[in-house]
Amino acid sequence: MSTFVQLILTGLMVGGIYGLVALGFVLIYKATRIFNFAQGDLLMLGAFFFWTMLVQARMPLWAGVLLTFAFAIAVGFLLERAALRPMLGQPILSVIMMTLALSVFLNGLITLIWGATWRVYPPFIPARGISLVGFTLSRQHLFSFIIALLAFCAFTLFFQRSTYGLAMRATAEDHQVARSLGIKITLIFGLTWAIASLISAIGGILLGSISGINLTLGQIGLKAIPAALIGGLESIAGAIIGGLIIGILENLAAGYIDPLVGGGIKEIFPYIILVIVLLFRPHGLFGLKRIERV
Amino acid sequence: MRPCGTFDVNYEQDLRIVRTPAQRAWAIVGLIFLLCFPSFAGSYWLSVVSIIAITVICVQGLNFLTGYCGQISLGQAAFMAVGAYTSGIFTNKLGLPFLVALPSAGIMAGVIGLIFGLPALRLKGFYLAMSTLAAQFIIVWVIKHLDITGGTTGMTVVPASIGALSFASRRAYYYVILIVMLVMLYFAKNLARTRVGRAWIAIRDNELAAQIMGVNIYYYKLLAFFICSFYAGIAGSLWAHYLTVIHPDHFVLMNSIWYLGMIIVGGMGSITGTIFGVIFIKFLDESAASLAPALAVMFPAVSATIAASLGLMFFGLVIILFLIFEPRGLYHRWEIFKAWYRLHPFSY
Repeated sequence: MSTFVQLILTGLMVGGIYGLVALGFVLIYKATRIFNFAQGDLLMLGAFFFWTMLVQARMPLWAGVLLTFAFAIAVGFLLERAALRPMLGQPILSVIMMTLALSVFLNGLITLIWGATWRVYPPFIPARGISLVGFTLSRQHLFSFIIALLAFCAFTLFFQRSTYGLAMRATAEDHQVARSLGIKITLIFGLTWAIASLISAIGGILLGSISGINLTLGQIGLKAIPAALIGGLESIAGAIIGGLIIGILENLAAGYIDPLVGGGIKEIFPYIILVIVLLFRPHGLFGLKRIERV
Repeated sequence: MRPCGTFDVNYEQDLRIVRTPAQRAWAIVGLIFLLCFPSFAGSYWLSVVSIIAITVICVQGLNFLTGYCGQISLGQAAFMAVGAYTSGIFTNKLGLPFLVALPSAGIMAGVIGLIFGLPALRLKGFYLAMSTLAAQFIIVWVIKHLDITGGTTGMTVVPASIGALSFASRRAYYYVILIVMLVMLYFAKNLARTRVGRAWIAIRDNELAAQIMGVNIYYYKLLAFFICSFYAGIAGSLWAHYLTVIHPDHFVLMNSIWYLGMIIVGGMGSITGTIFGVIFIKFLDESAASLAPALAVMFPAVSATIAASLGLMFFGLVIILFLIFEPRGLYHRWEIFKAWYRLHPFSY
C-alpha cells in the first residue's frame, strides 16, 4: 500500500510538469488547429539555454531564469514570424509538416551547439528528501510541482483576466469574428507561439533539474501529447489533469509492470494510454465533440 | 500537359501510362540503364541506388496516405520495422522461403497498422498523426524487449534466395529490389487512377463533400492506411535481406519524419514526385555527410557534433523552404519545365 501511495505521489509531481507542457500544446491547437510537434524540441532548447547561462556564463539563478524566459519568448515570436506566418491560409496538413520540419531543424541546431553529452544543472534545489506523513518526496520533485502549478495558475489568470488573454480566446473561437472585433490575429498567433515556447522552456528547466538534460529530453517533452489528448485538445484545465493522469499512470506502470517485462515501460506507457483514449473517448475528458452540419 | 498532336481516339489510348514515342524511348533507356547499372557501378553507388529504391517503395506507401488521402503518419519507420522483423523471423526461425516472407511482411505490417489506425481514423482531423506517433514508440519498444527479435543486440537475417537462386551478393540482390520496386510503382500508378485513388483524393480535398457523393470515408481511409503500411512492410523486408543485420535503431521516429519530408519535397500526391523527393533528400544527406569533415576543420568549435547535426539542419531547412516557396514540390517544377519545353518558342 505504501509503495502504491509513494508511486502516486512521485507520479503526481512529474505529472504537473507534463501538464504544463501539455498546456503549451493545447494553446497552439486551440488558436490555430495545429498539432505542434516541435514542442519537445522547444523544451530542449530552453533547458539547454538555461544550462549555458548557469554553467558556462556563470550567471546567478535569477538572471539565468530571466534570460532564458526572454530567449524562449523571442524564439517563439521568431518561429511564428519566419516559419508559420507564411503558412497562413495553407492546408493544416502543410502546417503540421512545418512543425515537424521545425522540430528536425531545432534538433539539429541543439545537437550542433550542445552535442550529445549529458549535462546537469548546478544544484539550485537541495536534493535532500523531505518526509510527508510517512512518505518521502525529493525536494526537486516537490519544487517542480509547485512551480508548474504556479505557472499554470498564472497562465490561466492571464487567459481569464487580461486583454491579450481574452483576445487569444476569441481567436481560438473564430478567426473571422476575432478580426471583425479588431483583434490583430497575426500578433495573437505570435503571442501564442511565444507563450507556448515559454511554457516549454519552464517545463524543460523543471524536467532538467530532476533528471539532467541531454538529447532524449525532447522525447520526454513529447509525452505532453498524450496528456493533452486525455484532457481534451481544447481544454486548458484538461491539459493539467491529463498531465497528472499521465504522470501517475506511467509511474504506477513503472512500479508494477516493469518487473514483469524487464524495465522501461515508462517510455511508452503514455502512448498506450493514448491509443486506449482514442478508442474509447476520442475527444478526451473535457474536449469538445465537434458536430458538422452542411 | 501533353505535347501538340497527341490526343486519344479510343479508351485504350486514354488508359495508357506511356503515351508518346518520346516517353516510350525514355522509359526503355531508363530501364536499360537501371538493368545494366550493377555492371559498371562501384559498390558505393550500388548501395546508394539500392537504398533509394527501397526507400521509394516505403515513401510511395506514405504518399498514398499523405498525398492522396490527406492524413499524416508518423510511424512509417516502425511499420517498416514490423516488415523487416517479420521477414527475418519467417526466413530465419521458420525457414520459409523469401517469396513467402516478402508478402507476409507487407501483410503483417498492414495488419499491425490497422490496429493503430482503427481508433484514429474514425475521427476527423489529424488524429492519425497521434496514434501513429504512439505506434512508432510502442513498436520499437516491443521489438527491443522481445526475445525472438534479438532485442537491442539486433538480429541477423539470411540473404534472400528464390529456389536455387541465391541473392547473397548485393549486386544480385539489386535486381530483386529493382523488380519489386517496379512492380510496386506500377501497382501504385494504377491504383491512384482507379476508383480507390479518386475516392482518396475526394476525401483529402473535402471530407464532407466526399461523404455526400457516397464515398465511404471510414473504409477508404483505413484502406489507405493499410496499403501505406503494406508498402512499408515490403520495404522493410527488402531492407532486412539487404543489410542482413537489422537493429531497432534503424527504425526511429526521425526516419518517419524523413519519409514525410521526401513527400513534401517531391510533391504530394504524385508517383513520379515521390521518386524525385527520395533522390533529392538522399543526395542532400550524402552531400551533408561528405561536407561535414571539411566544415569540421573550418569550425573547430563544433567539430565534434557537426557530422550528426548537419544532415538534420539541412533537411529541416529544406523542408521549411519547400513548404514556404514551393509547397507543390519538385514535381510541380518538373511539370512547368515540361510545359515550357513543349511550347517553346511560344509562351502558350
